[in-house]
Amino acid sequence: MSTERHLVVDRIRCDGRGLCAEILPELVRLDDWGYPILKPGPVPEHLLPLAERAMADCPVLAIALRRR
Amino acid sequence: MSLVLLSAVVILGILSTQRVQGSFWPRFLTTGLHRNLALMTVVFLVLHVVTAVVDPYTNLGWAAALIPFSSYYRTFWLGLGVISFELLLAIVVTSLLRGFLGHRTWRVIHWLTYAAWPVGVVHGLGTGTDTFSAWMLAITGACIAGVGIALVWKVASGSSDPLADARATFRREAR
Amino acid sequence: MALLDQPDVLAPLPPVGLHFIEALDHSGLFGRGGASFPTGTKWRAVAQRSRGDAVIVVNGAEGEPQSKKDRMLMSTRPHLILDGAFIAARVLRARRIVLYIGEGYIAARDSMLRALAQRTEPERGIVSLAAAPARYVAGAESAAIHFINEGVATPTSAPPYPFELATLVQNVETLAHVAVLARTGAIPGTVLLTMAGGVARQGVIEVETGTTIAEAITRAGGPSVAPRAVLVGGYFGRWMDNDEARRLPVVRESGLGCGVVGILPMSRCPVCDVAAIMGYLAGESSAQCGPCFFGLRALADACTRIASQGSNPVALQRLERWAVEVRGRGACKHPDGAVIFLSSAMSVFAREFELHQSDHRLRQSA
Repeated sequence: MSTERHLVVDRIRCDGRGLCAEILPELVRLDDWGYPILKPGPVPEHLLPLAERAMADCPVLAIALRRR
Repeated sequence: MSLVLLSAVVILGILSTQRVQGSFWPRFLTTGLHRNLALMTVVFLVLHVVTAVVDPYTNLGWAAALIPFSSYYRTFWLGLGVISFELLLAIVVTSLLRGFLGHRTWRVIHWLTYAAWPVGVVHGLGTGTDTFSAWMLAITGACIAGVGIALVWKVASGSSDPLADARATFRREAR
Repeated sequence: MALLDQPDVLAPLPPVGLHFIEALDHSGLFGRGGASFPTGTKWRAVAQRSRGDAVIVVNGAEGEPQSKKDRMLMSTRPHLILDGAFIAARVLRARRIVLYIGEGYIAARDSMLRALAQRTEPERGIVSLAAAPARYVAGAESAAIHFINEGVATPTSAPPYPFELATLVQNVETLAHVAVLARTGAIPGTVLLTMAGGVARQGVIEVETGTTIAEAITRAGGPSVAPRAVLVGGYFGRWMDNDEARRLPVVRESGLGCGVVGILPMSRCPVCDVAAIMGYLAGESSAQCGPCFFGLRALADACTRIASQGSNPVALQRLERWAVEVRGRGACKHPDGAVIFLSSAMSVFAREFELHQSDHRLRQSA
């Protein structure tokens, strides 16, 4: 579907700061070293605002929402 | 007031880089506060500039507020304030447009904070009418101490990126 | 006619144009660098992006420790490789050719440079040499390009690469095949394998496509001791049971990677060997991504602990959990490769992993 958005992490830029997991725990959890593990699949409608906040709040702009 | 706010913003910014958090204090709270206080600071600074310009006693005019070192009243100290304010504007505007500018550009301009804050402090000391009153000195002292301590702590902690050393080693060896 | 039967002589290059890419498609030639990617498809993508300023990277980095075929080919068939590179430059309209040769491979490098000095084509003037750092990931496509552009062989994200110029990174063996195709109208239909471990004659052999691993082992003098398992594709490959491996045909679908076939004898402890290799792979992370650097290190440490202190169910579970979590969370394929290596080992050597004791006596079954 063209309206589907997916969370994508730039793995090299990501520093394991962890804000994404704080803001969006439904879709992001941290591994044993503080780096994000994303739940696969598109972002549900009701979580899109939080996903956009996670994208904006990431200190290194490593997480993004993409149209697949 | 602006000085206190600005100092708080700088301290929160430094804490953001050091990944500070507690059980009841998530990291996004530090960044969120930093951002909100920064915007509040801008509002207060605009008020500060406006009241200074329209003050009949100083007769500054708008030019003085926008062009550094163009006022007749305390030319040097006021000019510093204009510089500090304009630096802060650049920092805030680039932060709001961070998504479009990219991380690297945003970061370089954000470093200007380390110039904007001290220049603002000196401006306050130089133009204040009650600079040497006890409470004014106390407040200014506390602000400087606060930022100073945060900075020292940041420098002493070293890089907060757990990969920094390993990455540097690999880059050295993969040349 | 096999590659190693080709004479390595200097002869005028046949004329080639964009239509050569169709010939590549029809030949079914696939890359010999490890990814086994169809060569025609790769060239077409580069041709589409080329504005007459493409870059051809002749990949002779050979970072896989057990592989020897690229060095051997560079030392004995440099003109064939250069033929392929020049042909690529003409078809893809390149302005630059880079010989990316492993920094320690002096004989191979000298051979290539000597051959280059004998060339008379105009392409000779656009060739430069780059010494690939002796790191495992330095041979990866994105690492090669990054090294040439920025001086550091760090891999970047998987394709599509955000590079300015259209760039072809091609393994030396593949380029040799390209040269034979251009000259004779057909590819040799062979694959270079490096036979390693428990075979009578270790080293490089050339086998026809479709040959089984069993025949390849026979060609290498047969196993030197009773074999337990086979590592197909080097450290970036996977473990297979000896019986299953022997039946595997040398074709693109078999996923032979860079062609290393390592026979593990019964006499060696697989858990200890796997732990050592995991330690190596963890140390070769470029430390750009947390899950790779920390994850592989944790996996390697856990393997080493099992190898030196004995196994237990908790340790095995942790290995499995981390393996699942690390996969796909690096920018390049290095962590994925290491995880596949380990997962295949834990499957083939399930019993050994479960029962390993530090003194290599398997625990008596209850």
